[in-house]
Amino acid sequence: MGAADLRVRGLNAGYGPVRALTDVSLDVPDGAVTAVLGGNGAGKSTLLRALSGTLRFHGGAVTGGTVEYDGARLDGRPAASVVAAGVVQVPEGRQVFARMTVADNLRAGALGRRGDRAAQQAARNRVHELFPVLADRAQQRAGLLSGGEQQMLAMGRALMARPRLLLLDEPSLGLAPMMAARIAETVREINTQGTTVLLVEQNASLALRLASHAVVLETGEVALSGTAEELSASDEVRRRYLGVADEEAAADAAAGIAAEDAGVAAHPPLTRWTA
Amino acid sequence: MTTFLELLATGVSLGSVYALIALGFVIIYKSTEVVNFAHASLLLAGGYFAVLSREHIGFWPALLVGVAGAAALGMLLEFLVIRRYRGRDHSVLAIVTIGIDIVLITEFARRIGPKIFSYGDPWGSAMVSLGPISVPQTRIAAFVTAAALITLFLVAFRYTTWGVAMRAAAENRETAALMGVRLGWVSASAWGVAGALAAVAALFLSVFPTTGLDRDTGLIALKAFPAAIIGGLDSTTGALVGGLTVGVTQALATGYQSELSFLGNGIGELAPYLVMVLVLLIRPAGLFGTRELSRV
Ligand SMILES: Nc1ncnc2c1ncn2[C@@H]1O[C@H](COP(=O)(O)OP(=O)(O)OP(=O)(O)O)[C@@H](O)[C@H]1O
Ligand SMILES: [Mg+2]
Repeated sequence: MGAADLRVRGLNAGYGPVRALTDVSLDVPDGAVTAVLGGNGAGKSTLLRALSGTLRFHGGAVTGGTVEYDGARLDGRPAASVVAAGVVQVPEGRQVFARMTVADNLRAGALGRRGDRAAQQAARNRVHELFPVLADRAQQRAGLLSGGEQQMLAMGRALMARPRLLLLDEPSLGLAPMMAARIAETVREINTQGTTVLLVEQNASLALRLASHAVVLETGEVALSGTAEELSASDEVRRRYLGVADEEAAADAAAGIAAEDAGVAAHPPLTRWTA
Repeated sequence: MTTFLELLATGVSLGSVYALIALGFVIIYKSTEVVNFAHASLLLAGGYFAVLSREHIGFWPALLVGVAGAAALGMLLEFLVIRRYRGRDHSVLAIVTIGIDIVLITEFARRIGPKIFSYGDPWGSAMVSLGPISVPQTRIAAFVTAAALITLFLVAFRYTTWGVAMRAAAENRETAALMGVRLGWVSASAWGVAGALAAVAALFLSVFPTTGLDRDTGLIALKAFPAAIIGGLDSTTGALVGGLTVGVTQALATGYQSELSFLGNGIGELAPYLVMVLVLLIRPAGLFGTRELSRV
C-alpha cells in the first residue's frame, strides 16, 4: 500500500431515511484503474458522491465510516477541499456547463486548482492532445456538442484540475459502442500518464478490460471484490454483469434471437388498434 | 418633439440607474437562486452611510464609504443569515429576505427620521444642452456612471476567473462544487456586488432633481423589481433591457400624464408594473429569462 492510496472503510451513506450504502470498504491503489460494477440503484453514484463531498446536493449524507486519501481524511470535507486534495469527479451524465463555451468549461475545471499560468497552460495542452475536438470547438457552446464530445469535455474539464485521482461515473453511458471504446482508450491513456482512476460502470466488460481490480456493489453493499481477471472468470459476474451464463447458453440465446428475428420478419408483431 | 426627447433622455438615465439595481437582483438570483427582497434596505444603507460620512470627509470619499458599506452589509447578511438556510426551499429564503428588509428599513428609517440628507454632489442643479434639449448634469452623470459600471461588470463576468466561477455556479451548483468552486464565496461576492451597485444607485436617485436622501429612498428599489422581472430574473442582459424599459416607460407616462389623465393620477408610477404584467403574459420567464418565476 503506497501513501497516495484511497482507503474507504465501513462507509455508510443515505438520503434521509433511504439507506444507500452499507458498510462499504474498498481500496484504490495508487497508479491503478479500479472499477466499481453494479446494476441500477446499486449505490455506485452514491459512493462517488460520498467521496467527492457532494451528497448534500442530493439531500444525502455520510452516516458512518471513513475515507482516507494520501493519509488525510476526506469524509466530511466540502467538495472544494476534496478537489484541492487532488481528487476530482466527473459526474454522471457529463453535466457540462451547457451555456458556457468549451473553453470556459475548461477554465471552470481549473478553478479548484489555482496554479501558475504555465501549469494551467500545460494542463490545457494535455487536454487538447487527448481530445483534439475540444480545441477545434473551443468557442462553441458546450450544450451544442454531441453526447460523446460532451463526455470528452467533462473528462477534459476534470483533468484541468490536474487530479491525482480521477473518479469517473459511467463515462460510457448513452454512447454508441465506437465512442464508448474511444472513451475507454482515453481512460487507459490518462492512467498511463500517471493519474489513478476509480471507474464506475454498468458496462462490466468495458470496465473489467480497463481495471486491475474491481468491486461489485449490490443494494449498497460490496458483494464481490477481487482482481479483474478473477471477477471476469467468476460465474456470478459472467451471468449477471457480462450477460453470459455459459458458452452454450450464449449460443442458444443467439440462436433464439436469430429465430425471433426471422419470426419478426414473417409476422410483423406491431398491430394498430385503429388499423 | 423636444419634450419627447427630453423625456426620453430622462427615461434612459433613470433606466440605467434601475438597471444597476436590477443587475444586483439578477446576480443574487443567478448565483444563489434567492429572490432578494432585501434589496431596498441595501440601497438605503448605502445611501445612509454615504450622506452620513459626507459631512466629515467630502463627497467622493463618502461615496466610497457608501459603496463599501453596502457591499459589506450585503456580504454580512449572506454570511450571517442566508448561509444558515442553505439547502432550504427557495421560497423560505425569499421570505427570510423580506424579514431582513423590514428590520433594516425600519432601523434606517428611524435613524434618518423626517430629515432629507443632501449628498453635496459636484453636479448640483446645473443643466447641459444637447442640441435642442436640456438635461440636468446629474442625469448625464448617472447614465455615464451606470453604463461604465455595467460594462465593467459584464467584462468581469465574461472574462475573469471570478466570472467563470459565478457563471458555473449559476448553471449548476453541484458541478461547480465538483470543479472546486467555493459556493459560499460565490454567494457572498454576489451579495457584495449587489450592495455596491445599489449604493451607487442610491446616489443618483437622491441628487437633483430629487431633493435628497430620505427614509423612503429605498422604496425606489421596488421599481427595479419589475425591471428585473421584465428582463428575466436570471439574465444580465435582461436586467439592462428591463431597467431601460421601466425608466423610459415611467418618464414618458409621467411626462404625458395630462394626456393620459383618463387613466387617473400617478400613472407614471404604475406604468412599469403594467408593462411587467403584459410581458409576463406573453413570456412568463421574462424577455431574456430561462427560468419561470414559479420556481421561486
Ligand atoms: N437524491 C436521492 N434521494 C433519495 N434516494 C436516492 C437519491 N439518489 C439516489 N437514491 C437512492 O439511492 C440508491 C443508490 O442510488 P445510486 O444513484 O447511487 O445508484 P447507481 O448505482 O448510481 O445507479 P445507476 O446505475 O442507475 O446510476 C437507490 O436506491 C436510489 O433510489
Ligand atoms: Mg449512478
